[in-house]
Amino acid sequence: MDGSPLVEARGLTKRFGEFTAVDAVDFEVRRGEAFGFLGPNGAGKSSTMRMIGAVSPINGGDLSVFGMDPESEGATIRARIGVVPQQDNLDEEIPVDENLLIYGRYFGFSRAALWPRIEELLAFAELTERRHDKVESLSGGMKRRLTIARALINQPELLLLDEPTTGLDPQARHLLWDRLYRLKQQGVTLIITTHFMDEAEQLCDRLVVMDKGKIAAEGSPRGLIDQYSTKEVLEVRFPDEAKADIAERLEGLAKRVEILPDRVLLYTDDGDATSHEVWTRGLEPESVLARRSSLEDVFLRLTGRSLID
Amino acid sequence: MAATETLRVVENHARTYRRVWRGSIISTFLNPILYLAAMGVSLGVLVDQGSGRQALDGFDYLTFLAPGLLAASAMQTGAGDAAWPVMAGIKWRRTYEAVLATPVAVRDLVTGHLLWVTIRLLMMTTIFSFVMVLFGATGVAEAVRAIIPAIVTGLAFGASVTAFSATTRDHTGLTSLFRFGIMPMFLFSGTFFPVTQLPGWMQPIAYATPLWHGVELTRARALSFDPMLPTWLHFSYLGLWIVVGSLLAARQLRKRMVI
Ligand SMILES: Nc1ncnc2c1ncn2[C@@H]1O[C@H](COP(=O)(O)OP(=O)(O)OP(=O)(O)O)[C@@H](O)[C@H]1O
Ligand SMILES: [Mg+2]
Repeated sequence: MDGSPLVEARGLTKRFGEFTAVDAVDFEVRRGEAFGFLGPNGAGKSSTMRMIGAVSPINGGDLSVFGMDPESEGATIRARIGVVPQQDNLDEEIPVDENLLIYGRYFGFSRAALWPRIEELLAFAELTERRHDKVESLSGGMKRRLTIARALINQPELLLLDEPTTGLDPQARHLLWDRLYRLKQQGVTLIITTHFMDEAEQLCDRLVVMDKGKIAAEGSPRGLIDQYSTKEVLEVRFPDEAKADIAERLEGLAKRVEILPDRVLLYTDDGDATSHEVWTRGLEPESVLARRSSLEDVFLRLTGRSLID
Repeated sequence: MAATETLRVVENHARTYRRVWRGSIISTFLNPILYLAAMGVSLGVLVDQGSGRQALDGFDYLTFLAPGLLAASAMQTGAGDAAWPVMAGIKWRRTYEAVLATPVAVRDLVTGHLLWVTIRLLMMTTIFSFVMVLFGATGVAEAVRAIIPAIVTGLAFGASVTAFSATTRDHTGLTSLFRFGIMPMFLFSGTFFPVTQLPGWMQPIAYATPLWHGVELTRARALSFDPMLPTWLHFSYLGLWIVVGSLLAARQLRKRMVI
């Protein structure tokens, strides 16, 4: 394949009335990679995904998908991608396998071609036993798995996953990560939005951190951590009465100090040494936890806000 | 290209319908049976004994009523299939969002939906006509002649109500449409009695409703008399509702879904 990017956005903008949801963002997704959008609620992740999926017109800038313009060649683009929307939109009144059949028919596949594929996808989603049940009788996680299976019915080259693992239990999440990894190895390009750090770290070769419609940083998960954070982070909790002048008392202890409502984060390259110093200064914390830096810290650094809470 | 997408939309409507066809067919039979038994036969005896016959151009009440009721039932089917299922697709179940993520475009979705409504109308009017004959309201030829104008009537509502459903925000809009639009039309647009029986000020309103044109046309075709306006004019008026309704439906649905 040629080296040109599969998705290319320059100054991509989305407005809803006066409000700018996606504000002139630039990014490129290369063939075969797993690319992530990481950001808090309202960052503009879903709006961006819908533009890439050729279902939402762009309001500014340029966007090309497979080298095509979503405005004029939307149907051709949509034929080659699979979409897992943030909210499931299955047909609840019909059985599991018919949901897959009907969806496949929209792409123009014959029934004969679809049935073996449906068998595979049912197995993939571990829904073979429930195939004749109406969708409305499935659990939330099962519906999610069916939505993901449905997105694969047309054997897409590009898979758009908008918060794919929301509502899945940890076991199902790991299973899905494994499946996505296998798809990637088969050459499927993945674009994933998430606010789960571990998901982004596990799945994404490259990601952008998005906030308020803008891209705050871009890189590999490891690269972003190296660039914006320290090796380790010390999470320290103090009793209420010690909180008043905590900022001054911690000064100089770490490369950077972040004071959150419930805890203090000390950014340092050596957690144990810093922890030792906290005690040496006679600070008497309630608890101390040293951990490796994560994307959460990158996000906090870039936006001044925590991603999850 | 787009034609195949449209056909797939129709096919998938049919596939979904297969799961409910039994219940649907039963009520399609039951509806005319109940109406024709209660209104046509029981009430009809009173009408025919009174001064009814002159007002009804010499037809007995059952014969007068049946084709009108056929058109009015087609309205209800057309409007009903264009109301709640469309709102569900847009909003409650979001199935339109799923369809539009495939190569299917809004125009294909709307055309496919209206084709499906047409198929439903064909089923419904055929069954209704059959019941008409069973009741002895009309002969077979009359009943068959009534089918096409009734389908056109139903489709005028199918198209325009789809546009309405794509515009209104939630189910209260739909409930109001049926309460203040469809139901009064059903009662006052010539289905049960000639519009000339209405107070003078109401008559122009009744003549403007698409249902009146549908009823007049269906009745005239079935009972072989000349409708009030030329046949082509009645057809054209209903055709206008179909064309404008379809265009508006596509436009409004695009506005709603492609954002
Ligand atoms: N159809 C719409 N009409 C008006 N505003 C919208 C619409 N869709 C999204 N927005 C606004 O655009 C902004 C970005 O929304 P978007 O759904 O893209 O965020 P997100 O990053 O996906 O958030 P989340 O993590 O909550 O899913 C939000 O402020 C949202 O309110
Ligand atoms: Mg979102």
